[in-house]
Amino acid sequence: MGVKNLRMSKIVRISANLLYTFVIIFGLYVILHGHLTPGGGFQGGAVVATGVALILVAFSYEDILAMLKKVTYTVQESAGLLLFIGTALLAMGLGVTFFYNYLANSGLLFGMSVPFGPNSGNLDTAGVIPIMNIAVGIEVWGGLALIVFYMLSGIARERV
Amino acid sequence: MKRIVSWLVLAILGLAMLAIPAFLTFGVPAYSDMDLYFLNYGQLQAAANNIVTSVVFDYRGFDTLGESVVLFTAVIGVGLLFRKLHGGEELEDE
Repeated sequence: MGVKNLRMSKIVRISANLLYTFVIIFGLYVILHGHLTPGGGFQGGAVVATGVALILVAFSYEDILAMLKKVTYTVQESAGLLLFIGTALLAMGLGVTFFYNYLANSGLLFGMSVPFGPNSGNLDTAGVIPIMNIAVGIEVWGGLALIVFYMLSGIARERV
Repeated sequence: MKRIVSWLVLAILGLAMLAIPAFLTFGVPAYSDMDLYFLNYGQLQAAANNIVTSVVFDYRGFDTLGESVVLFTAVIGVGLLFRKLHGGEELEDE
């Protein structure tokens, strides 16, 4: 039968199909609320990549090739890193230092200011920090999923 | 001989690890000026409730850039390690 057609039992596959959505939603929540709650881009991206790894473990290699594409994750990883560097470089274009938080307290996107001390958080704060969280989250999502995907395709190619 | 030397090195390293708590006082940083600054001004300057995130992505953003590049390089390394070894120059199969 070969490794290419090896898949886990129907229970595992259905559970993976169900859990995939929730794992990805939770990871996106951790990424988007990085400037309010514990977590951030790296952690949330790792959570989302766990959802992808769940699919990669539960299904057979041929099923996965019909569902997911490596090119998606390659593009995603590069786009995340480029968005991160681009956000940091835009500060130099605006005349301030590299990685300066030019959107904080500006009233524009994510530009609300925060009172000092404990307060109920507002998602529309923190300037470029949410943008960088999203960028790093996209990059870690693509990168970690790509690592697992490469390893799986290496195994599947080896044993057939 | 080789085995004795390796065990000796291991023993010295283990003793050094055990000796660390005797010489260092944990919970008392040598310089605590910066963390007080972050706590007092982080919410005003970076406008983020999460001080850790504002340190990681704003004050020390350059470090985070290095981390991202490290992850990128790791993925490139894994892709090179698991590339197709036979069958021409096609790197991306299927």
